Amino acid sequence: MRLVAFAFLMLLPVMAFAVEPDEMLQDPVLEQRAREISRELRCVVCQNQDIDSSNAGVARDLRILVRERLVAGDSDKEVIAYIHARYGDYVLMRPPLNRATLALWMAPFVFALVSLLVGWTVISRSRRRAAATGFSDDEKAEIARFIEENASKDGS
Amino acid sequence: MGRLLAFIPLAIAAVFGGFFLWGLNPDRDPNNIPSVLISQPAPEFDLAAVSGLETPGLSRADLVGNPGPVIVNVFASWCVPCRAEHGVLTQMVERDGLTLFGINYKDKPEDATKWLAELGNPYERIGSDLSGRVGIEWGLSGVPETFIVGSDGTVLFRYVGPVVGDTAISTFREALIQAGAFPRGQNG
Repeated sequence: MRLVAFAFLMLLPVMAFAVEPDEMLQDPVLEQRAREISRELRCVVCQNQDIDSSNAGVARDLRILVRERLVAGDSDKEVIAYIHARYGDYVLMRPPLNRATLALWMAPFVFALVSLLVGWTVISRSRRRAAATGFSDDEKAEIARFIEENASKDGS
Repeated sequence: MGRLLAFIPLAIAAVFGGFFLWGLNPDRDPNNIPSVLISQPAPEFDLAAVSGLETPGLSRADLVGNPGPVIVNVFASWCVPCRAEHGVLTQMVERDGLTLFGINYKDKPEDATKWLAELGNPYERIGSDLSGRVGIEWGLSGVPETFIVGSDGTVLFRYVGPVVGDTAISTFREALIQAGAFPRGQNG
């Protein structure tokens, strides 16, 4: 009995959704699709939260709207397009690729390219410097001669 | 090339610094979400009147063909800032002779009626949006929100939050002037 109670309590936080029971659809497949769509849509009141986990009134209305569109036979894309038309790019958790977001989408590739370029120049420069500090054969011979002379002086 | 590399940290610092400077700007409001409705035709809707109120309901057809731009205000009796905004809107109707339409958002009709009886009713038409569905059509994020709609039914301006205080009122007035609400020579 205590084990059951423990298991229940452990599961409690997992079960605590913002989605209220009266919103849920009877059809588990449709409900699952609704949940997935809800996670793609941003709450317009409590930003940085998707409408699936938000308790705001508008988020609840949008969740119900998503389910209504699904029941009416819309595809996932059509449902998202419907809400996108009313709330704009802002409502999408994943920003679409367009002229305004081009910099955002391209930045990781540009940064990677720049850092590769910088890394490559630094490494190749340090290699060149190492090559430059090497001695020529003539110099090596001179050094050897110098050491030898001094060694013989010390010995005397 | 080596000299150039030495400037990279400086360039990075400049980019970050610029970003922080932009973020610290007190005029920047991160909650200001651009509306997709601006310069678009007003959404299609048809709302019945608030039951118990003599003011007629509001539909998209009422927004088209007015002599000048009209103000569409989304309000509710449960919304505290709406109460503060009410006086400003009333003044715009009474002093400036502007047309004000209302959308009563998710409000009990009896509460709305009581609220308007207490504060006065400057609205020419009020649609009762019990489900909040028309609010979604307007891209609403909360109440109050106020729109300016041109005589051809195009949404010209949106103000999120109460039009209260000098800054908000002058912003809204500027938008009204831009929309052509005041005839030439008459300066608000």
